[in-house]
Amino acid sequence: MTTNLNIKHVAKAEPGKLNLLKLIGWIFLIIWAVLVIAPLLWTLKSSLSVNDQLFQGPLSGLTAPVTIDNFLRILGFGSSAAAEGGSGATLPFAQFFVNSVVYTALTTLGQVVCCTMAAYAFARLRFPLRNFIFGIFLTALMIPPIFTMLPNFLLMKNLGLVSTMAGLVLPTLLMTPFAVFFMRQFFLSVPREIEEAAIIDGANHWTLFSRIVAPMVKGPILTLGIITAVQQWNDYLWPLLIGRSDSSTVLTVGLSRFLAQSPNGAIDWSGLMAGSVLTVLPVLALLLIFGKKLVGAIQFNGIK
Amino acid sequence: MHLARSSPRGAGEISPSKRRKRTGQGRAAALFLLPAGLGFAIFYFYPTVRGLILSFTNTTTLQSGSFIGIDNYTKAFSDPLFLNALGVTFLYVVINIVTQTLFALALAFMLHRVAKAAFWRSFVLLPWLVPGVTAALLWMWLLDPSLGLVNGIFDSLGWAQLPFFAAPESAITTVAMVNTWRYTGYVAILLLAGMESIPGGLYEAAALDGAGEWRMFRSITVPLLRPILTLVLIICMVGSVQIFDTIAVATEGGPLNSTNVLYYYIFQKAFTNFDLGYASAMAVVVLAILAVLTLLQFKLSRGNESDLS
Repeated sequence: MTTNLNIKHVAKAEPGKLNLLKLIGWIFLIIWAVLVIAPLLWTLKSSLSVNDQLFQGPLSGLTAPVTIDNFLRILGFGSSAAAEGGSGATLPFAQFFVNSVVYTALTTLGQVVCCTMAAYAFARLRFPLRNFIFGIFLTALMIPPIFTMLPNFLLMKNLGLVSTMAGLVLPTLLMTPFAVFFMRQFFLSVPREIEEAAIIDGANHWTLFSRIVAPMVKGPILTLGIITAVQQWNDYLWPLLIGRSDSSTVLTVGLSRFLAQSPNGAIDWSGLMAGSVLTVLPVLALLLIFGKKLVGAIQFNGIK
Repeated sequence: MHLARSSPRGAGEISPSKRRKRTGQGRAAALFLLPAGLGFAIFYFYPTVRGLILSFTNTTTLQSGSFIGIDNYTKAFSDPLFLNALGVTFLYVVINIVTQTLFALALAFMLHRVAKAAFWRSFVLLPWLVPGVTAALLWMWLLDPSLGLVNGIFDSLGWAQLPFFAAPESAITTVAMVNTWRYTGYVAILLLAGMESIPGGLYEAAALDGAGEWRMFRSITVPLLRPILTLVLIICMVGSVQIFDTIAVATEGGPLNSTNVLYYYIFQKAFTNFDLGYASAMAVVVLAILAVLTLLQFKLSRGNESDLS
């Protein structure tokens, strides 16, 4: 904080000097901002135009009249897809949206609770082989998802859980190594005095954990919840393997299936863009509400 | 209050209470670890062992196979498509990492020294929050050879139109640029954390000595950022090797296998050809590549600590 203030003073000390590097920097930043925003706005505009308009030429979307028909029809309320100049493919996006919400909510809640508990044990309790067990948890951090996904798929197949919500949720319901590692770091930074006093007062470990220590790290718990929710919402590979029925298909998989069902040369772009908007809205809301927390979480995640 | 009450008691009966506390802690620890431990044992440990075993068998997704030694591994290294996948992935990682890191450095410089408002930090993260599948779709639409906005703009400017995803020469570069679009802001935020750990006093002193921003960037930011930059590069490479979403949606490995990266090829072998044993062996190779990168990261991050503090 103080250094920032000082830098401002220094900058003010020489106001007349136009800095070429800063100027180039601003130009770069503004071009970048356009590159970030323009594709998203174009997606939004395309989702609000009918295919007949979009198919007239690359720039015809600019002048197309605004309509919410695409949203209505992919959510299953509207007229038939063919009437809108679409491919005729229909998929229940309302259900996919609900599936995505359920998948994200269950795994985020499960992970946050179970990993916070485990992290508490690793940071605070003494038990045999503690560091060894934590070490094994940590090595799992470097195992690429596809490696465990193949046997996990086999397991789900043997259990008959392919195409079910249970099969989708189970592998990430209880833990990820990262979440345990993340929460343990925060527990280590919480002072022990208060807990020690509570132990002597006769509080058991569960009371201690749920009433005293967990509330002290509620900031990091929220942060972990946000990162996990974003990851799970965007998840694709595992849901692609498991989600083979409408009742187990999440939005990302639904979108790719919608694309695959379109005949070549007549892709239902306005429908796809409407589906895309549905995937972006919730994360956009998260960014608007928790932007600062998200920035802090990423910085911790990588470096601090 | 608590402390005053606790000290005489604790001093009086150290050994019995401590012993009782320990066994109590063991039991509590077991309960606290139970859910996460179960998740770990069933969905991380067991599949790791099983995956290793599978890689030495000819198991398919439809039926269990028998032990065939290292056949899958020898097959992989004489499989032109696997070697192609290694090459394509390498090319992708190089293009993606170079462009992404350069842009991210420029963005991080801006966020650190010029555009300091919190708004910009959240703003640059926006593409990272867009699901990979969605990013692939929206760029497919923008870069569509005949109907896409980008070629439309090129056309009205009188420039040549580009095939982007549709030609073998440009497909992997296009995929790399889409992911550069998606991840640059994220990497900039990582680098920003490194820049913020550089003592501000250095910039003040340099400014008083009359150094301009470029001089400060070259002589303070870049050298002091180097350890963190290395770390960030490795984190990004680990992610980049695992590219899947964009390719599965936008190119399906084509045209002519020009975007058939490791993850996609493994996925195809396992779920289109049902050759789970072979897919597992290739996944072990990916595991080995990533293990080397991760060990490097652990080593560097430990070296870092002494550097920064």
